[in-house]
Amino acid sequence: MTLSRFFKSSVTAAFLFLISLKPFKGFTQNVSDEINSIHGNFQIDAQYYNADSLIGAPKVPEKMLSNAFGNINYQKGKFSAGMRYEAYNNVMQGFDARYKGQGITNRYARYQDKLLDITIGNIYEQFGGGLILRTYYEPGLLYDNSLDGIRVISNPYKGITLKGLVGKQRSFFTVGQGIVRGVDGEVNINEILDSLAKNIKTKVIVGGSFVSKFQIDEDPHFNLPQNVGAYGGRLNVIRDGFNFFGEYVYKENDPSVANASSVEGKNYYSYRHGEAAFMSMSLAAKGISFMIQGKRVDNMSFRSDRDATLQNLLINYLPATTRQHTYLMPAYSPYATQPKGEVGGMAEMQYKFAKGTLLGGKYGMDITLNASMANGLKVIGVNDSSSYSTLYTTNYSDVGEQYYHDYFIEINRKFSKKIKGTLMYANQFYNKNIVQYGSPNAGYKNIVSNIIVVDLTYKYKPGSAIRFETQWLGRDNKDTLNLGSWASELIEWTPTSNIFVAVLDQYNYGNPVESLKLHYFLVSAGYTSGPHRISFSYGKQRAGIFCVGGVCRNVPASNGLAVSITSSF
Amino acid sequence: MKNLTFSLLLLTVFSLNSFAGDGDKIPAATVKKLDGSKVNSNTFSNNGKPIIISFWATWCKPCKKELDAIAENYGEWTKETGVKLIAISIDDARSSGKVVTDVKTKGWEYEVYIDENQDFKRAMNVNNVPHTFLVDGLGKIVWSHNSYSEGDEDKLYENVKKLIKGEKLEH
Repeated sequence: MTLSRFFKSSVTAAFLFLISLKPFKGFTQNVSDEINSIHGNFQIDAQYYNADSLIGAPKVPEKMLSNAFGNINYQKGKFSAGMRYEAYNNVMQGFDARYKGQGITNRYARYQDKLLDITIGNIYEQFGGGLILRTYYEPGLLYDNSLDGIRVISNPYKGITLKGLVGKQRSFFTVGQGIVRGVDGEVNINEILDSLAKNIKTKVIVGGSFVSKFQIDEDPHFNLPQNVGAYGGRLNVIRDGFNFFGEYVYKENDPSVANASSVEGKNYYSYRHGEAAFMSMSLAAKGISFMIQGKRVDNMSFRSDRDATLQNLLINYLPATTRQHTYLMPAYSPYATQPKGEVGGMAEMQYKFAKGTLLGGKYGMDITLNASMANGLKVIGVNDSSSYSTLYTTNYSDVGEQYYHDYFIEINRKFSKKIKGTLMYANQFYNKNIVQYGSPNAGYKNIVSNIIVVDLTYKYKPGSAIRFETQWLGRDNKDTLNLGSWASELIEWTPTSNIFVAVLDQYNYGNPVESLKLHYFLVSAGYTSGPHRISFSYGKQRAGIFCVGGVCRNVPASNGLAVSITSSF
Repeated sequence: MKNLTFSLLLLTVFSLNSFAGDGDKIPAATVKKLDGSKVNSNTFSNNGKPIIISFWATWCKPCKKELDAIAENYGEWTKETGVKLIAISIDDARSSGKVVTDVKTKGWEYEVYIDENQDFKRAMNVNNVPHTFLVDGLGKIVWSHNSYSEGDEDKLYENVKKLIKGEKLEH
């Protein structure tokens, strides 16, 4: 038995022992009113796959694939513990095949009181906005970079929060090589000054962090730094509807596969430092608001293993400053931050035409105007005589090649007690080479799309509704490396609020190849009862990028029957 | 070994099911108020009246539909039953700046908190948003519902009224 497995099973045993101590409710209610609970949740997704060469759905040897997990959390007073079991037999299409088999992938124990909060086991933590450190879990994307180790949080004085942690990050069914260590301090100035600041409406919060990783250097050719440090600071100023948040992070030189560049077929690590800045400012009053966001990222892929790629072993989080769409067509080509280098920004205005005005009508009307864009950095090469690394500098006043833009307008209006609708128009620019393939030489053309969405809901009696959604995505229909234009129609019927039946047709009418002008039909149905939900779908799904919470993954085309069950207790 | 662990796990879950579930207090997690101060979720209270806790995100269309639908009658709801709605945004740094703009523009009168790294979401075992909980006057979670369809807000309010009268709640 390996040490890690012994540790896992002993933690599990201790956990089971602890919950077996949980007294019956009847007794606890007499004794005290403190928290004493066990809760959890499950999710099971399974799909039966048919091969479909026309849409590019591959033959799946297992025929059926499934992903499943269950969490159990126990809390008694100031103590809590929990664990998660995950099973992939085998992992569904579109996920990393290294999720193979099953086991306990998360377990923790925690004690919290007013002064101290100590956790051992798998930890989810975020320093500031996450530019320097964020460990996070998103089951829909199989994203989990939890830190397996120890964390201590302390509030030594009102308004002051100190955090320290050390551990290794989850990597599939094991942990990554590198050790991650970090400290963070945050001060809420108003709370410290207390009585003095009670009448001051402007709130100021400042914070600072230091995070370092250690990974042994076994490379025969390169002299690689074994310790890489990063430090950063942040400021948050809030007053009524005004909110400013700014964060800056600097990372020492961190040669890695993620920042390497390929010159004449050879990979060269970059020894350049990294930096990232993010700001968000908003101003809001009843019925109207403005927001701007800006970001600059330079060589800021920060991972606890210098050989890790894709979504694996990321220590930090670089939020995209573009809008995350939920409708199918505007979300067709989503943007993700380019950690090698990017300058981006977004501006948004929202306005509500009040009830009883000319445009607002009887129920009011919401309008959103949004513009976002992202460009590369203007890179100035520096001659490097050693030829072991690539060197460059950048200047702050200039930007490079365009990566993305999205300009859209969205209108939401309720016409009567029974009818409401959404209308959206978007214009998007997508640099497929960079955003999807990470290289300017991937050979694709830039894609410009015009998108229209109409979404109408007709509530024909209380608790019963029919929803129609029509979407159009207009693109260059002669670009043979892309699929051209799409039209999509959806009818969704909810006879009672806990049942839905829907039919979706996505029609690739603009495909440059005549025989590939296909309809992708998908029929789905679902039933919800309280915290339990089951849904089925049958039909064709196109290949695409699926994003939740700012992380994206590629989903291949598929044809078959899928079932999903979620439940919490 | 793995099989043994798993069977133990399953056994535990099923043996506990008999007395786990509804009726427990709100678990402890730190969430942020819109003024930046931190609040522990186990201090949520409404002077002995029920609380609705609704998990949402600025990028979640059904969540906003639900909160909009409730907002239309929220004044009546609070007047008739004293119920309070606590809206928990799970937006991360990418969109947490948008929470205040959405809330103000829409004119929502809810108590709003940001659960930026989803500690509270995990403690409440929420799989995906929207997810709505009903908490009784003693601070105990008595009902929950995942997802939103037209008309769910009416069912929710029926349950708030039943809760006050001490009647059995329905899903």
